[in-house]
Amino acid sequence: MSKTPLQFRHNGRDVAIFVDGGTNLLVALRELIGDMTPKFGCGQGGCGTCSVLVDGELHLSCLTLAETVAGRSVETLDSLKQGPNLHPLQRAFADNFAAQCGYCTPGMLMAAKALLDRNPQPSRAEIVEAISGNICRCTGYEPIINAILAASGGRASA
Amino acid sequence: MSVTVKTFTSSSEAAAALSSDRSARYLGGGTLVMRALNEGDISISTVVRANDQALSRIDASGPRITLGAGVTFARILAERDLAFLHAPARSIGGPAVRNMGTVGGNLFAPSPYGDFTVALLALDATVAVQGGFGARDIPIEEFLQSRERQAGTLVLSVSCTRPASADAFRYRKVARIKPKGGSVITLAAHLPISGGRIAGARIALGSMAPTQIRARAAERALEGRSLDAPSIAAAASAASEGTSPSDNALGSAWYRREIVGVHLRRLLSGQE
Amino acid sequence: MLELRKDIFADERDDNLKEIGKGTQRQDMLGHVTGTSTYFGDHKLQGMLHLKVVRSSHAHARLRRIDTSDAERSQGVRRVIRGADVPRNLNTLLSLINFGKDDEPSLAVDKVRYNGEPIVAIVADSEREAFEAIAKVRIDYEPLPTVFDVEDALKPGAPVVNETYPKNTFTYHDVYDHQKLRFGDADAALATADHVLEQRYQMSPIEHAPTETNGAIAAPDTNGRYVVYTSTQALFFSVDTCAKILDVPSNTFHFIGGTVGGGFGGKVDTLTEPLAILGAMLTGRPVRYVFGREEEMQYGPPRGAERIYIKDGVMRDGRIVARKIRAYFDSGAYTRLSSYAAVKCAAHLPGPYTIPNVYGDVYCIFTNRTPATAMRGFGVTAMDFAIECQMDKLAHLVGMDPMEFRILNAYRDGDMKAHRREAKNTALIECVQVAAEKAKWPIREEFRRASSRKDGGGSRAAIPPTPTESRARPAAPTQQRTTYDRLPPTVTREPPPPTPPPPSPRPAAPSHGATRFSSVFGTRRR
Repeated sequence: MSKTPLQFRHNGRDVAIFVDGGTNLLVALRELIGDMTPKFGCGQGGCGTCSVLVDGELHLSCLTLAETVAGRSVETLDSLKQGPNLHPLQRAFADNFAAQCGYCTPGMLMAAKALLDRNPQPSRAEIVEAISGNICRCTGYEPIINAILAASGGRASA
Repeated sequence: MSVTVKTFTSSSEAAAALSSDRSARYLGGGTLVMRALNEGDISISTVVRANDQALSRIDASGPRITLGAGVTFARILAERDLAFLHAPARSIGGPAVRNMGTVGGNLFAPSPYGDFTVALLALDATVAVQGGFGARDIPIEEFLQSRERQAGTLVLSVSCTRPASADAFRYRKVARIKPKGGSVITLAAHLPISGGRIAGARIALGSMAPTQIRARAAERALEGRSLDAPSIAAAASAASEGTSPSDNALGSAWYRREIVGVHLRRLLSGQE
Repeated sequence: MLELRKDIFADERDDNLKEIGKGTQRQDMLGHVTGTSTYFGDHKLQGMLHLKVVRSSHAHARLRRIDTSDAERSQGVRRVIRGADVPRNLNTLLSLINFGKDDEPSLAVDKVRYNGEPIVAIVADSEREAFEAIAKVRIDYEPLPTVFDVEDALKPGAPVVNETYPKNTFTYHDVYDHQKLRFGDADAALATADHVLEQRYQMSPIEHAPTETNGAIAAPDTNGRYVVYTSTQALFFSVDTCAKILDVPSNTFHFIGGTVGGGFGGKVDTLTEPLAILGAMLTGRPVRYVFGREEEMQYGPPRGAERIYIKDGVMRDGRIVARKIRAYFDSGAYTRLSSYAAVKCAAHLPGPYTIPNVYGDVYCIFTNRTPATAMRGFGVTAMDFAIECQMDKLAHLVGMDPMEFRILNAYRDGDMKAHRREAKNTALIECVQVAAEKAKWPIREEFRRASSRKDGGGSRAAIPPTPTESRARPAAPTQQRTTYDRLPPTVTREPPPPTPPPPSPRPAAPSHGATRFSSVFGTRRR
């Protein structure tokens, strides 16, 4: 079985791995690099728990052939925290009770970051659209929307 | 046996690799092929890719627009000249899927997916494909009817004529979940008006048959008439003619047949 | 935000409490927002193998032949596991509390009873190689007649789904084919009621759809034990279930769980752990068995479907005088927890209302559908949906406001409930009053003044005379048997003794679960 060498930037650090043919980026991140923050939810593009940023764009790592990120920059939730300090989005998620089981949270946070990086003060409707590819089965979406509003300096509605 | 990935710099090499190997699939944005691999589809053992710049080209300056097969929905949404295609592009997936999914891949997306293709079918698009024996253009309707046999060909681009006015092209995706959800029915209508009369009506439906289809009876009901209440009513009552929807988790075949006319009436009469 | 209505519940809570009624941060929140909470799948073990199962393509079929020879030779395959390899290949979840008979194999041997039932497990180096081997397993099915409707399953001549329960009904207390509730004389009251309304209600199965699919990783430990990382919601339950199925003492296992990626009741069935552990026992390697999304949605257990008939007698003044209910729980092909759902349902009748004559029959039925399990209030949810729809219809029938109609019939402190317990701490009246207030729904003064603490008890505390029924019930109808059932089921479904040796000495008489869920038997004391 031949393996393909693959180099890319992972959370600001250069990494080099060997992947089997057909390996998706989620498996590469979790099993070859050891970054367990993106999660497997469906493998179909339906849930968004595996969301990561590829060159700043929101992508589903389970549907990304690992070798297509060669030379590109991949960011996961593991990149958000600045030393001991939570990112404003992480703080807002915690303060607004925007996580219950926590499984969708890594993907939600990356979808939220993708939004705020481009649009620092989104409307509520823009937030709803931005997380529309991410499924949460526990908390309901309201606390999540409120958290993103809070992180962007917007006013949360009850 | 693991999967072999073959990456080519030109689309013609990729097309040759694709046509010579029954177990090969072309990987565009990954939303179909990677999904199949994740679910254990062992019929795919070769993944073919092409880094050909032509595949991601957008030509939207003139009256006839061309979209490379590798153009993503996010790029269409970023293109002001493609405003008439924004509604169908926005109706697909969440942001991540729109950043990945491509125009070419959407042609192969099985029901209840393939919403963008519904719009292209109403716009009478042409699909440029590269097979083992060279490139050719296929009308989209013919392409969809022979979709099962197109697996060995590589789609290069899709082109269509820009609608004469914003009002001449309408699109509606009926989903249970807002803003994102699988299609219960997807409808698109191209209604060029000439001298107050509809000339060359094309109405396309998604999730009403194994592939996207035209609602020919509804088109006939509109052809040569003005777009008014009686002609809209006639088109709505003919909407389900020739359709063969199936049951799935989003809706039953019966339900789809019942509501297709209602939604066509709303689309044509400009109701929300 | 939480609102404590001291005007209504003045004595209910001590004002000195520091935590209750106040917002408190979750202890796992930091882990969640940093992505460092550890789920079962976040464990990466050296040399981990992958387990996938071959699932039945028929809803009901006899297995004539299972040929795994090609699959065993397939590249990357470490082990093919069949039913005969499972030490005790028949179990029912609630056997741990001595409730119900063992009725479900880990891997089907003689027969499949629902579409997607596991038949063979493949342990391979990669998921891809497991999928390739699955395609090489040949199974010769003899399709059998199917039954998918709870009432069809009770008809004479219906196919027998599960030979453990040949009448297609769960057996309570070794005798009864359903749960029965009798309180007063419902038929007599219906005969004298001003209006009688009979309606049929139905709820489809509902998938929990957790974002994390069911799964487990089992790995041999250095001390002869096995470490098991699991998505289970019921860790100790799962330990004991695995000990029983694998026929080893439960201290053979070190289960690690706790952080579950969404459960809602769908992760209590111990579906993946026994096979993952068995795979680890047979290969000596860590084995991961995790459901794909399609498996989770199609073959993971849902909330079971229910069909409910309600027949109510109501007087012109709005008093409900009789409620007669027949309910059918669709357990699917195996019991899992539906037997308990039916018990809960019977205990819930007739809803939070004081009705002097109540009659309930609640059945747990076997069909060729995916086995159902727990989900958020199961046993009560669909019944409440039916009862509350019925309440609206009854209010309409007698021309009453639906809120006032509920207050009129609500139970109050001191009332006798149909299952012969005194109602305490009731608050339906207050809930309806507050709901009406919040919705700006006008209700009349006398209903605004009503209270759960007033006008209960007295004659409402009496247990009415209840006619007893003759116990002449027919034996298990022989016409419900299929040709297949001529085979003695006990012989075919008891596999030969296991090959894997238990890693540590077994106790003389392994007792799996001495605990009892008192609520199952209705012996709880308050």
